[in-house]
Amino acid sequence: MDQTGRSLISLEGLNREDIIWLLDQAALFEAQPNRKILDGKIVATLFFEPSTRTRLSFETAVNRLGGRVIGFSDAATTSSSKGETLKDTIMMVSNYADLIIMRHYLEGAARYASEVSPVPIINAGDGANQHPSQTMLDLYSMRKTQGRLDNLNIYLVGDLKYGRTVHSMLVAMRFFNPTFHFISPKELQMPEEWKKYCMDNGIKFIEHSVLDEETIADADILYMTRVQRERFSDLAEYERVKDSFILTNSMLDNTRPNLRIMHPLPRVHEISQDVDDNPKAYYFQQAKNGLYVREALICNALNLL
Amino acid sequence: MEKGKQELMVAALKNGTVIDHIPSDKVFDVVNLLGLTKIETPITIGANLSSHKMTSKGIIKISDKFLTTDECRRLSVVAPNIVMSTIRDYSVVDKKTIELPDTIRGTVRCGNPKCITNHEPMETVFDVVNREKCILRCRYCNKDVSQEEIKLV
Repeated sequence: MDQTGRSLISLEGLNREDIIWLLDQAALFEAQPNRKILDGKIVATLFFEPSTRTRLSFETAVNRLGGRVIGFSDAATTSSSKGETLKDTIMMVSNYADLIIMRHYLEGAARYASEVSPVPIINAGDGANQHPSQTMLDLYSMRKTQGRLDNLNIYLVGDLKYGRTVHSMLVAMRFFNPTFHFISPKELQMPEEWKKYCMDNGIKFIEHSVLDEETIADADILYMTRVQRERFSDLAEYERVKDSFILTNSMLDNTRPNLRIMHPLPRVHEISQDVDDNPKAYYFQQAKNGLYVREALICNALNLL
Repeated sequence: MEKGKQELMVAALKNGTVIDHIPSDKVFDVVNLLGLTKIETPITIGANLSSHKMTSKGIIKISDKFLTTDECRRLSVVAPNIVMSTIRDYSVVDKKTIELPDTIRGTVRCGNPKCITNHEPMETVFDVVNREKCILRCRYCNKDVSQEEIKLV
């Protein structure tokens, strides 16, 4: 794998075989999630930006594998609030830990940390840039529910302009011949640079401006994201479209039986509560899959697989 | 007559550097970049001159100054494909086109305010993703910078 040491900063450097191999490893952890592979290891979780969900998932992964966790969940309590550089924080923590898992509000922070750190870094999100473990768990969930990654019809719904997860998915899925459908309000359309990326990489895509039963009839995966108020320059436009991109249970009647609904969470209004009991709803299991994927990513970073 | 005037402006230089084929709108960027407002040796600056290769070009002649590798690297970012001649004792001893390298380190500032390079005491690194249009990509935040947006460190 073409990465900085064994750090995982983005998925750009992974090829098809790397991705499949990591997913296979994650499947082994799902079969047996509690193994004492990390006995004697200390993992630091440095969350310069709070993210309860991701931090709990990583820390659970370490704990289930018998390792110990040090770290912080809020940079306000650390020396970075006193003006310490990221480099100094990383150098200090790398004296204590065998692996650093970090989330940072600045883009490129994880790459820089991996350049200065003597221990591997796993990027748990750097601003709007990369969040590779989220994408890997998305791929894992797709493969698990569909039995394959190749030739899937994937519908991305909501904020396709700023959504980090949807852009990373395009990158990771380029090896698997997907057909993407982009469904979003005009203000939050897939940016031109990403449509060009699809064209350059032979990824098929179709754009839609409405979310309804007819549009999603052929979907294998419906990947919902949040439409956030603060993303709109024109609030009247937000008010007009906010209810148009909500998935309700009645829209699912004529969808494919193998359809699964995914969401990176947290969900707000974009998936109606009545969808939760539909067997096609998969977002909570999807989050659970994150545990197995992160167990694999942690062990891979420590060269233990 | 027009031609004669131009030749007069680029008249013989005993020792120094001639920077030719500068896009006209970049001439004063080059002046600033090389700190030419502060040096005391003779300088000739020409802009909006007609050119066979370009619609309009600029040229700068600087007496008794020879560019460092670092200055050449910075120039390549501001004005790609300019031609630099080194003159010693009225003869051209070196002439080369200054091309954009594949990777640019410590020269360009990232335009993304949320990029780590704008917050840490560290060197910026850009990869050239489109040589023709001079589009650079920050290796840290992955944001692209176009030629018009380039700001030097």
